[in-house]
Amino acid sequence: MGAIEKQRNILDFTLSSLGRRKGKNIALVVVYTFVIFLLASVLFFTHSLKKEAFLILQDAPEMTVQRLLAGRQDLIPTHYIDTIRQIRGVQSVAPRLWGYYYDAMSGANYTLMVNAELNDRAGEIIIGNGVSMRSMSGKRNQALRRNDIIPFKTYDGSVLTLKVRGLLPFASELVTADLILVSEADFRKLFSIANDQATDLVLNVRNAKELSTIAAKITQIHPDTRPILREEILRTYDAVFDWRGGVIFMVLSGVFFAFIILAWDKATGLSAEEKREIGILKAIGWETSDILLMKFWEGSAVSMAAFFMGIFLAYLHIFLASSILFEPVLKGWSVLYPSFRLTPYISVYHIATLFFLTVIPYTVVTIVPSWRSATIDPDSVMRM
Amino acid sequence: MIFHPGILALLLGSALTTSMLCYSAYEGVRIIRNWDIRSGSERQLELERRTYLVSTVMSYVLGFQLLSLFLFIYTADTLSPLFIGAMCAAGSLNVNGFGYSALVLKIVSCLLAGLWLVVNFTDNRAYDYPLIRKKYWLLLFITPFLIAETSVQAGYLLGLRPNIITSCCGTLFSTDAKTVMSEFLALPRLLSEAAFFLSAPITVALGLYVYLRSKGAYLFSIVSFIHFLISIGALISFISIYFYELPTHHCPFCILHPEYGYVGYPMYLAILVSAVSGLGTGIINPFRNIASLCNVIPRIQKRLALISILSNSAFVLIAGYGILFSNLSMAAY
Repeated sequence: MGAIEKQRNILDFTLSSLGRRKGKNIALVVVYTFVIFLLASVLFFTHSLKKEAFLILQDAPEMTVQRLLAGRQDLIPTHYIDTIRQIRGVQSVAPRLWGYYYDAMSGANYTLMVNAELNDRAGEIIIGNGVSMRSMSGKRNQALRRNDIIPFKTYDGSVLTLKVRGLLPFASELVTADLILVSEADFRKLFSIANDQATDLVLNVRNAKELSTIAAKITQIHPDTRPILREEILRTYDAVFDWRGGVIFMVLSGVFFAFIILAWDKATGLSAEEKREIGILKAIGWETSDILLMKFWEGSAVSMAAFFMGIFLAYLHIFLASSILFEPVLKGWSVLYPSFRLTPYISVYHIATLFFLTVIPYTVVTIVPSWRSATIDPDSVMRM
Repeated sequence: MIFHPGILALLLGSALTTSMLCYSAYEGVRIIRNWDIRSGSERQLELERRTYLVSTVMSYVLGFQLLSLFLFIYTADTLSPLFIGAMCAAGSLNVNGFGYSALVLKIVSCLLAGLWLVVNFTDNRAYDYPLIRKKYWLLLFITPFLIAETSVQAGYLLGLRPNIITSCCGTLFSTDAKTVMSEFLALPRLLSEAAFFLSAPITVALGLYVYLRSKGAYLFSIVSFIHFLISIGALISFISIYFYELPTHHCPFCILHPEYGYVGYPMYLAILVSAVSGLGTGIINPFRNIASLCNVIPRIQKRLALISILSNSAFVLIAGYGILFSNLSMAAY
């Protein structure tokens, strides 16, 4: 009998013996699957958000310069542009005007941003999908359309009405859900911002290796500024999402330990029938190593079934059901939720990580019990 | 510390494998002290049962070690965006002093665990456990390595501080970008080419000799070990550049990336397997005169030699494929 044939026969026997104790094993697999489902969901979700953030930030400016006033971000005088442009290696400097507007009617915060294309068409705006849904009553059939009017309350108390010129494409929903593009004149009128000030400055730099030198020079010339690099934003997002995922993992570790105790308990508490079975197997010539092999296959079958089902369910949950379970926790808080589907993505790395976090602890706690059952004396069991 | 799922997985996995190994070492001490095959006492029976437990534990430990080696590299790789100047695992392992030591310790403990399994397999083929004491001495030798590996790895992972934005400004002004150590192992190309093209056929030939004649196991295992080191050197200094198609990029880790079709995994696996099987033929050679093993060992050695030949050839084939079908030609250099 070849080695493979032997393994096959033992696996065959194991599966049929698992089938004979359906109730007990199904309960274990269900709990196991649930644990893996939870962990896998967290992993997939945080990773997809990271990827989404990465894709969005690809187009972000290489460097943003903000001005700080008493440790808080403040408007930056536009004459800083001239001095920054003088720095060797800086390709272009442009002011940006953007901010948040709280809409009392819908209770939502909009992001307002000046778009150069609207500068010669003051009074018109382009809005994101979330804004169009929320502005009126939230009902879909009453969504804002082209040429509708939105009233804004300016910072000097008057009312500014702006006409919707168009909607932003749905594809960019994640970033544009709460976005309103306005002209520079309207923006300054709305927030009473003087003409020589901007929210921040964005820089293009010819050589990426010079970024840190240029940033250092900017802080030297204007000590009240804070340059932020795109790489730093990316890095921070990465760390923040990892951290959120890790925290959820720690919270779930309670569930996990409960599961481990259950697995341990199931593995140690062999029924008299199972003991008899092992006793008979040994009496008819199975060796201890064969029983251990059987136990190995049993553990593998249970683990693999739960592992793949858990991953499959997590996949459905995150990428098809929009991760309903913990979306609010991991994504952050907002009135205008962008509704979006994450790009499905699973890597071998995720599977390996999950394997380490679930299957290995399970295996470790079942080694000793399965060894104990494999070394049962046949006669002592059968005499019972 | 970074709260990264991969880091949590590595720490948990290592803690579990090390505690399993410590338990096995404890059993090992009991077996070394009290083993007496001729006795029929309760204690001897109990010890015989315990050997099954230790063998099972050790096979799991090896499996987990192998997985955790690759998980470790991959995690270091994914963490690289968090550190200034790190572009792949080569950079992030360099973030603190423990990174590379952890990697080396991981490789060493993988090799040692593999060798233990070879000895264990041999021992289990005989009816009277002839190698039992030696086997457990070897286990006691391995344990400190694994403990060291777990602690060094924890030191590395817990000591990671990502360079993220703080409230006053970006962090980059205080810490200067470290130079990436991508060239750290780049031997002169001609030298490593010559060494590799010499040692690969010699190793395979010696393997064939062991396979056909059942002789020369010591020499084969020494040569296998040298070839293991040469292969790693060769992979970094001249094989990898053909995959990257960039004559200056000697990186041992980028080859594991998806853009190169994960080709690094089979290559490193082949190197590890051939090292374990090559060294394994030598480590069981001294016991071939033991009565209960004299028929068993030559057969195991033959099998190990065959595994070593096959995995060596697989490595050469993959490397050769990369070199021949690469768009890079080093003819002008």
